Amino acid sequence: MSTVVTDTHSAHDAHDHHDHKPTGIKRWLFTTNHKDIGTMYLWFSFIMFLVGGSMALMIRAELFQPGMQIVDPHFFNQMTTMHGVIMVFGAVMPAFVGLANWMIPLMIGAPDMALPRMNNWSFWILPFAFMIMLSSFFMPGGAPAFGWTFYAPLSTTYSTDSTALFVFSMHIMGMSSIMGAINVIVTIMNMRAPGMTYMKMPLFVWTWFITAFLLIAVMPVLAGVVTMVLTDKYFGTHFFDAAGGGDPVLFQHLFWFFGHPEVYIMILPSFGIVSAIIPAFARKPLFGYASMVYATASIAGLSFLVWAHHMFTTGMPTFASLFFMYMTMLIAVPTGVKVFNWVTTMWRGAMTFETPMLFAIAFVVLFTIGGLSGIMLAITPVDYQYHDTYFVVAHFHYVLVSGAVFSIMAAAYYWLPKWSGVMYDDFLSKLHFWCSLISVNILFFPMHFVGLAGMPRRIPDYALQFADINAIVSVGGFLFGFSQLIFLAVVIKAAMKKGEPAPAKPWEGAEGLEWTVPSPAPYHTFDVPPQVK
Amino acid sequence: MNVRLTSLLLGLPALLLAPMAKAESVQLNLTRGVTEISEKVYNLHMLVFWICVVIGVIVFAAMFWSILRHRKSRGVTPAKFHDNVKVEIAWTVIPFLILVAMAVPATITLIEMDDTSDSDISVLVTGSQWRWHYSYLDYDIEFMSNMATPREQIYGRLPRTENYLLEVDRPLVIPTGKKVRFLITSDDVIHSWWVPEFAVKKDANPGYINEAWVKVPEPGIFRGQCAELCGRDHAFMPVVVIAKDPEDFEAWARGEEQRLAERREEEQRLLSMEMSKDELMEMGQQVHMSYCAACHQPNGQGVPGVFPGLVGQGIAVDDQRAHIDVVWNGVSGSAMQSFRNTLTMREIAAVVTYQRNAWGNNTGDVVQAADVHHFSQGNQ
Repeated sequence: MSTVVTDTHSAHDAHDHHDHKPTGIKRWLFTTNHKDIGTMYLWFSFIMFLVGGSMALMIRAELFQPGMQIVDPHFFNQMTTMHGVIMVFGAVMPAFVGLANWMIPLMIGAPDMALPRMNNWSFWILPFAFMIMLSSFFMPGGAPAFGWTFYAPLSTTYSTDSTALFVFSMHIMGMSSIMGAINVIVTIMNMRAPGMTYMKMPLFVWTWFITAFLLIAVMPVLAGVVTMVLTDKYFGTHFFDAAGGGDPVLFQHLFWFFGHPEVYIMILPSFGIVSAIIPAFARKPLFGYASMVYATASIAGLSFLVWAHHMFTTGMPTFASLFFMYMTMLIAVPTGVKVFNWVTTMWRGAMTFETPMLFAIAFVVLFTIGGLSGIMLAITPVDYQYHDTYFVVAHFHYVLVSGAVFSIMAAAYYWLPKWSGVMYDDFLSKLHFWCSLISVNILFFPMHFVGLAGMPRRIPDYALQFADINAIVSVGGFLFGFSQLIFLAVVIKAAMKKGEPAPAKPWEGAEGLEWTVPSPAPYHTFDVPPQVK
Repeated sequence: MNVRLTSLLLGLPALLLAPMAKAESVQLNLTRGVTEISEKVYNLHMLVFWICVVIGVIVFAAMFWSILRHRKSRGVTPAKFHDNVKVEIAWTVIPFLILVAMAVPATITLIEMDDTSDSDISVLVTGSQWRWHYSYLDYDIEFMSNMATPREQIYGRLPRTENYLLEVDRPLVIPTGKKVRFLITSDDVIHSWWVPEFAVKKDANPGYINEAWVKVPEPGIFRGQCAELCGRDHAFMPVVVIAKDPEDFEAWARGEEQRLAERREEEQRLLSMEMSKDELMEMGQQVHMSYCAACHQPNGQGVPGVFPGLVGQGIAVDDQRAHIDVVWNGVSGSAMQSFRNTLTMREIAAVVTYQRNAWGNNTGDVVQAADVHHFSQGNQ
């Protein structure tokens, strides 16, 4: 991949003349500017990260010792449910949409997203979705308590009325995601600068392009399955009730047909981010650009053929178990290609270790650990032992926290100078990195052991042999949680423009169109498209 | 606690470095189990684990070598290469072959695990919130298995004992050396019946029956728990299995059949006998604590919006017949299950009497087993 920019001067000159925008709250309510909307997505996501995180801390506080000390088991179930829902739909996904909004137009040389009004709408319905979801805490019986996977019939016959709010807020989130995805696809297909062919697009653009197709494919399935839950509970249907000819396992098939592509929706954009950062700080082009694109596409394709590996214990026919085991193992091949490419990109480079690079390296190592435990989980006979234990909890937190969330942190540090116009506080950012790196491993690594030893997930109290490791895990949890406040401080400082002014291209080895505009990026960029050779 | 915690934190690096080391009492690795199958599963786990460790070590070694050597501060000039078809083909094909090497033993073991044919005896395992019911298809034996750990231990009013949360009032008993087939289903939500030492974990789906099997070579006591989130007391639904020699098992089974028959006779005889209110209240309180308190709470207050309260409102103070009806038949479309096969008529009479008089309800009603019997006759 080589994107050489020839003529950007005309684009620069056009910038400063017409960034007329309303001031105050109206600017944010009515904005159709991709940068404003990206900023709002990112702040929203960070607030949700702290809300979901505080629920995780409540979980860890209760699990610090055996016995019930702090919360009631029913409230504990509400915490695990809402922690999952908020982190998946409120923190990780909006963060990636925010990054897409900010960076895709800048990376492909477009003046804005293709559908700016829809862009505004797809952000502004999100806070309402989460207000509906969180208001269920004040209902009799509290918030949903059936896990973020809301298996029927626990979520239908046996749930409280908060299910209705859960369903409606899921619908709104789904609409938001679908609109965001349509916007990304239309933008990338139509608004690339002259000369920016598909195989010259930065990998972040490529991975988001593929992610957007996944979103459009599976969000309607989620909408369908939550609607079936609603009608089973309130309108007398029996989709998931054997007494009426339905099947509770059908729910799981539908949910995971959405759910498995969903986990790739949360990791593919990470691959794009890391593929931008590692070459920049290794000062060496990304190894195997084309194979990265093909690997991403294969992972996306395979993601539709592996959903039932979440369901090995539901009593599937042996043949089906074998099929889903083989397909799942196959995903290791393209994922491995990506990891090998990143390592080879570093090989014989000239590396420096600024904070974005530190997070990117931590991503590669910790995501790989999560990927390897994923291979273990794919092996059906052994999965019978791992399934629904803390081993699974450890696995998906390695790929989602030290994977997806770390990549978002890396992206934030990498592009913060472009967004804010100042360099972030280097000391605080390194402190944030090292605190996060150490605590995230104290938090999640011992979970592997306690899971192998037989501790089920989603329990508020446990047998005495699990006590020591749970105490360690809880300590790690609090350390990790409070470490994120350092990140908040770094971002607030940069947002208040406290720091050294950032040049247009603060990273020596960085490549791409986003570094050709000044820092902070002007309100309007690329009114005249740049020419890419 | 503090001393232990400190020593643990100091010992953490050692823990992380030696994941497979056997610490004194802390189990860090998968349960090896007691059956032939569980041994195969364990070996498969170790095989895949070591393959993953080796891959991890190679990848991370290359990476850290590069981080140490290929840094700008050492004055290196970056190489320019960005493609190499041969290398890329190699690292696509080699992992594929490694995966095939793992898939072969996995497939063989899975086929063996899923083969439930030619079993010697069958047990119907039914999950319901939050207890297991066992019914032997080849014997006239069935019973409920409730967690035996008292609430006082959970809430820290009594010291916790060795098998905290992993002990039941009536364990499942199976013979050694025989292929025991489990037919697993549920009364309400999805549960999952799991005994790590058998490498058996199977979901209990309401309205459907799943199969699993075990052949235990030696007598012993094996503990597990429900693995699928099933509501409020999901954590308090343990499984305990006792494996006995076939002769001991037969003796147990005969004794159990006889005991059950005697109990049924006794139940019939007692139908005509009145119990005093005090006796009913005492027995009723025990039943309430074992079967009702998980939802309706020990003080009868319920959980607002989730489980109805029984104090001063609803069925516990209204029509007595309706009260018996709810306990006998359950309430369809809710978490309230039918207790007609779980509790004896005496127990139902006692718990209804208790709930109608405890916590200031003071209806003064006394319900006898005969009343419940009368209700059941009118009901059929």
